[in-house]
Amino acid sequence: MNKLDMLRGDYAREDIPAFRPGDTVKVHVRVTEGNRERTQVFEGVVIARNGSGLDSTFTVRKVSFGVGVERVFPYSAPIIQKVEVTRRGDVRRSKLYYLRDRVGKSARIREKRD
Amino acid sequence: MNTILGEKLGMTQIYDAQSRAVPVTVIKAGPCHVVQVKQPDADGYSAIQIAFGDIKAKQVNKPIQGHYAKAGVEPARYLVEVRVEDPSAYEVGQKIVVSDVLEEGKLADVTGLSKGKGFQGVMRRHNFSGQGAAHGNHKKHRAPGSIGACATPSRVFKGMRMAGRMGGDQVTTLNLLIVGVDTERNLLMLRGAVPGANGSMVLIREAVKG
Repeated sequence: MNKLDMLRGDYAREDIPAFRPGDTVKVHVRVTEGNRERTQVFEGVVIARNGSGLDSTFTVRKVSFGVGVERVFPYSAPIIQKVEVTRRGDVRRSKLYYLRDRVGKSARIREKRD
Repeated sequence: MNTILGEKLGMTQIYDAQSRAVPVTVIKAGPCHVVQVKQPDADGYSAIQIAFGDIKAKQVNKPIQGHYAKAGVEPARYLVEVRVEDPSAYEVGQKIVVSDVLEEGKLADVTGLSKGKGFQGVMRRHNFSGQGAAHGNHKKHRAPGSIGACATPSRVFKGMRMAGRMGGDQVTTLNLLIVGVDTERNLLMLRGAVPGANGSMVLIREAVKG
């Protein structure tokens, strides 16, 4: 894939801050309804980052009215208006799929202390 | 000029004006040099030879080195002959860049050598249906079935599709949309997949049936 890295300058999003699995993020998503456009905020825990380069994605999980909702965002997608990191999490693995089987107290993530 | 050689770099995705993801193959296309022009009166047909790709000088044998030296062109990795209608439009040593050949928004055909798949059965190689999983079938789930009749003709017809080596064939993909042409870096982006492995040579031409 290194040969494709030269395209990064043209298409990569430089404005998205660095975040890691375990962090809580607010993703501002552009939603088009007919010809009206508005912004929707999806807030949750980053449970995975997949791929590399322009094709990479990240998965955000939140629990909405007792139902777990996960959304996969392509990292360089223009529908992402901005990403805010609201909380840094302290986790020991790169894929937090174990959160899917947990609810309540055990689904918490410790906050990272510097 | 309607043909150029290139190296398949790989696939990625970019986004169009409507924010839709577009799967693209990135190709390093050209620059190519004309090494020989074949004329009908001298050679019996008209064609041009074009060369592409970096190569170490010591990897090129003496006869080929001489062929390049005669044209005054640096030795290249690939040398391909392309039929043209009017050979007088080209001269030896002429440089061909991607923007001479292709234009964004138009269609292109790409020819390459498909990835080798090794020895494959009829289901994978020829899209046969195979046989049932149940109803008493025993060890014949992926077999071809009958390959012909009995005493007449008492042989298997030539060309009967069977298991064997798959891939490594010349394949042409038609009508790929040209998403981007980058003259500065000699890059070409085509919508969709292109035959061959990353790093292999591909031949790109204007769409024949576009």
